[in-house]
Amino acid sequence: MSVVVVVLETGHKLSREALSREAVAAGQFLAGELGLGCVAVDPAALSADCAKYTADGYTAALEVFLKSAGAKVVVFPHTYQVRDFAPKLAARFGRALVSDVTKLRVEGGEVRATRQLFQGKLTAELRPLGEPVFLSMQAGAFAPVGEVEAAVVAPVAIDRAAIRQQPEAPFRESQRAVDLSAAQTIVSVGRGIGEQENLKLIEELAEALGAEIAASRPICDNGWLPMERQVGSSGQTVAPKLYVAVGLSGAIQHLVGMKGAKTIVAINKDPNAPIFEVADYGIVGDLFEVVPELTKAVRAAKG
Amino acid sequence: MKILVAIKQVPGRDSELRVRPDGKWVEEGGLEFAINEPDAYALEAALELRDGSENGEVVALCAGPERVSTTIREALAKGADRAIHVEVNDIEEWDSLAVARVLSAAAKAEGADLVLTGLQSDDLGAGQTGVVVAELLGWPHATIIMQVENEEGAVKVKRELEDGYFQWVKMPRPAVLTIQSGIKKLRYATLMGIKKAKGKEVKLVTPEDLGVQREAAYEVVRVAMPERVKQTVLLEGAGAAAELVERLKTEARAL
Repeated sequence: MSVVVVVLETGHKLSREALSREAVAAGQFLAGELGLGCVAVDPAALSADCAKYTADGYTAALEVFLKSAGAKVVVFPHTYQVRDFAPKLAARFGRALVSDVTKLRVEGGEVRATRQLFQGKLTAELRPLGEPVFLSMQAGAFAPVGEVEAAVVAPVAIDRAAIRQQPEAPFRESQRAVDLSAAQTIVSVGRGIGEQENLKLIEELAEALGAEIAASRPICDNGWLPMERQVGSSGQTVAPKLYVAVGLSGAIQHLVGMKGAKTIVAINKDPNAPIFEVADYGIVGDLFEVVPELTKAVRAAKG
Repeated sequence: MKILVAIKQVPGRDSELRVRPDGKWVEEGGLEFAINEPDAYALEAALELRDGSENGEVVALCAGPERVSTTIREALAKGADRAIHVEVNDIEEWDSLAVARVLSAAAKAEGADLVLTGLQSDDLGAGQTGVVVAELLGWPHATIIMQVENEEGAVKVKRELEDGYFQWVKMPRPAVLTIQSGIKKLRYATLMGIKKAKGKEVKLVTPEDLGVQREAAYEVVRVAMPERVKQTVLLEGAGAAAELVERLKTEARAL
């Protein structure tokens, strides 16, 4: 027997459920193309020792399961949890996880997976060698299936002593004071702003637009804006009517948090910045010239 | 406490990238290289851990061709005590699993209490070298670490989860940690540090010395510019801002 196995993310319930459903869609696509069955498995259900997530526990349980299931392809949603254990699991099989996959196809009975390089500036199509093939799917690569039915599996035996991580319960630092998910208009700023003092330009534009201010990770890392204004995989997911990205290159970690915006505007000096791939409107130019002009034009339009 | 920091040299963030004629990688001629930014944070975390412990030592570990010696020097100037340079002249042909094999072999030969590295690289971005190194060494690991506390024979770390969540995880040493960017403020190399770096030991080893041969886990079919998902209306010149506002009002109805 050989199958495509989709590993669902459960345990710590985050906003990642849709990603698991997209991974199932990817798995079903591959199963169809390869003429294989497709099963979805919830690692937490494999063993009582997987009730709490640990990289060691998930790896040990899935190793047993994948071998008994005859997995030819293993598909994961690309989440932080998957990043924590899937490379280890793949290495145990002598394989490399092809992570962050944005596109899949099958040629001559083999999987071809496309992923980004250089933070989205380039893409690479890869041909994984050997089986099983391990893939993690980036958000948005496939339309999610409606509902997922995890396979009913017999528990697997793992050596409890092999689990070395002792996790405590997940927690949030503080209640979020800023909820960007409800914002209608967002002005978001990235590295291109250069210095903290320059944020004044962004504040003025946001004020003219009646917008909330958001940022990419490096800006929050520098302490220029509070962490709660960060948009992206480690921050908030937003879907405003208008998203204005200023000096922001558009690394995939940021894009997954904002590509649901209805209209996206990008202002960047680099015409090859990945943000232009998702933008509806773009101004290629120096943000220190463009932003003040835009602020002026918005004020004039709003009268 | 001996801390190994695995650092990578990558093309600088503002590099103009051109695909190599064979379509397998980028043209490296003319590129400026720099330390992978997440690895700079791993180095910073290692230096602070060392300074807070007795008999601490930080050893920088870097695989790559001759050019990576500048990145190694920079790590030494910032305060790493010594370095290991694994000479891999065709590093662009080595995938993450192959690189993890060579790094883990070097780490095994050296021995350490902790191996630190960045959570991902700016070029390949596979985000798995640290995790695979841990697996190959048989050590526990944790990823996307915001804070590291040393305990007796163990390490307690704060992991970043998604959606604003965090989690403390404890594990025995030796262990491998992948460090989140922004964990600390990065230090600059001082003049004194740069001077001192010249006298620090850089041990050269080859994959053959470590008993590692390159084995590919995947073949690169084609590197390309990304396909545009959307038709972007690109505006330029003096009237661009005004035209944008007009279009946002009438076309997109977003104002």
